[in-house]
Amino acid sequence: MRKLREIFLKAALIAAAAITGGILLFLIGIIVKRGLPQLTWPFLTTATSYLAGTTGILPNICNTLYLILIAMGVALPLGVGAAVYITEYADNPRIVRLISFAAETLTGIPSILFGLIGMLFFIKLAGWKQGVLAGGLTLALMVLPTVMANTRESLLAVPGAYREGALALGSGKWHMVRTVVLPNAVDGIVTGCILSVGRITGESAALLFTAGFGLRLLGFKAALESSSASLSVALYLYASEQGKFDIAFGIAAVLLVLTLALNLLASLTAGRARKER
Amino acid sequence: MEPILETKKLDLHYGAFQALSGIDTEIFPNEITALIGPSGCGKSTYLKTLNRMNDLVPGCKIDGAVLFHGHNVYGNKIDVTELRSRIGMVFQKPNPFPMSIYDNIAYAPRLHGVRGRAELDGIVEKSLKSAAIWDETKDKLKKSALGLSGGQQQRLCIARALAAEPEVLLMDEPTSALDPISTGRIEELALELKKTYTIVIVTHNMQQAARISDKTAFFLLGKLVEMDETAKIFNEAEDSRTRDYIQGKFG
Repeated sequence: MRKLREIFLKAALIAAAAITGGILLFLIGIIVKRGLPQLTWPFLTTATSYLAGTTGILPNICNTLYLILIAMGVALPLGVGAAVYITEYADNPRIVRLISFAAETLTGIPSILFGLIGMLFFIKLAGWKQGVLAGGLTLALMVLPTVMANTRESLLAVPGAYREGALALGSGKWHMVRTVVLPNAVDGIVTGCILSVGRITGESAALLFTAGFGLRLLGFKAALESSSASLSVALYLYASEQGKFDIAFGIAAVLLVLTLALNLLASLTAGRARKER
Repeated sequence: MEPILETKKLDLHYGAFQALSGIDTEIFPNEITALIGPSGCGKSTYLKTLNRMNDLVPGCKIDGAVLFHGHNVYGNKIDVTELRSRIGMVFQKPNPFPMSIYDNIAYAPRLHGVRGRAELDGIVEKSLKSAAIWDETKDKLKKSALGLSGGQQQRLCIARALAAEPEVLLMDEPTSALDPISTGRIEELALELKKTYTIVIVTHNMQQAARISDKTAFFLLGKLVEMDETAKIFNEAEDSRTRDYIQGKFG
């Protein structure tokens, strides 16, 4: 009886694993099967235009890059700065707890709320037009906790003996942070950045109200305050507004490849960090 | 002879706990002063008041005075980073930075604005020679300091402290993590270094104190029981508690 139960349980577990794996493989399979044939050179290097008769996602690739640039340009210095402050400088444990708690909470908030706040702040209050500036800053708010948490974790992993050694040699606090703490935390910072870039690339909800739906090819400066759809937003547009599922799957394939590459990169740097310690 | 370091009625609290009470000591130049006593007696805490490393401990409060060349190191005018470069420190566990041997030694000189390649090369060579580790490292200065053995790492840390051109070297149980051969080399080195520097060393090893020190201070429960010539402490200590500790009756 006991043995039978054992066998049954094991079979159930195997089935659970098989179904999970199967669903994931099916998803990847369908994206690859329907998306890959779309990935032609013109598709990746032109804009969609009724006049020229072309279909392409170059504007969306550019917009995604602009968003990454703006969001990381803001979130990286802020997140690293905040992490350095609460790990190395803040001597009030209450402040440290408060900031950590706020960061943890922010990571759990649905991204559409960031979109709402971004719209209220940047569009309604600041009076900017929709574009990658408002969108990028909204995403910066969204990934800030990720950058901070990863930086903080790797700062905490730097041995206290390095700090003591540097201070005992007469180094001031900031010199110590710059010469022996930050260089040994670089891997964690890089990991945080890669994860953030992944989230930015995949984000759509927070961008709907802030960056907009524009499909025209624009330079960085023009895109700042012109409606500009990122890859993920474009996927939504082509699929749900225009019913063009081929293009949507093409974009899905691009996103899949990007996500895969970023995850690989993140686990590589994380692995390297572990080996060095 | 004038003492180089002096403490007067030194009290130290960690929050509500009093770790040191009423410590009066004099440390003289070009001597090795050994601090002995059972674990938790306050000898390491005392050592760290001399270069203000206790400032890093939250809730640490200090009363009384620590005088370096007659100036209170806890006074308003003192520059802590300047103080710490004149009073170097070597820790219990070797703590080379995860960078090259060269960059470890050049750390303090660079901090003080030395940029010239030739000048840095000179300081690195001189410091490594003073710490008796030049021959082992001269062919791999660009290699990571973490690749050295424990004993070599500790001598590297001594060289790194010397590169800041200190007057005093504080050593907090510098050999407790090392094997007997490496320990012997550090002791030999300490005897050589006292010609140029003043050394204060915390040790758990009584033979070590007897072998290398000129003066010995015996701490117990946060108080200084006795401080005198090492030979006197080991042969005819005045306090019975000192005699008992030296004879290994407690510890």
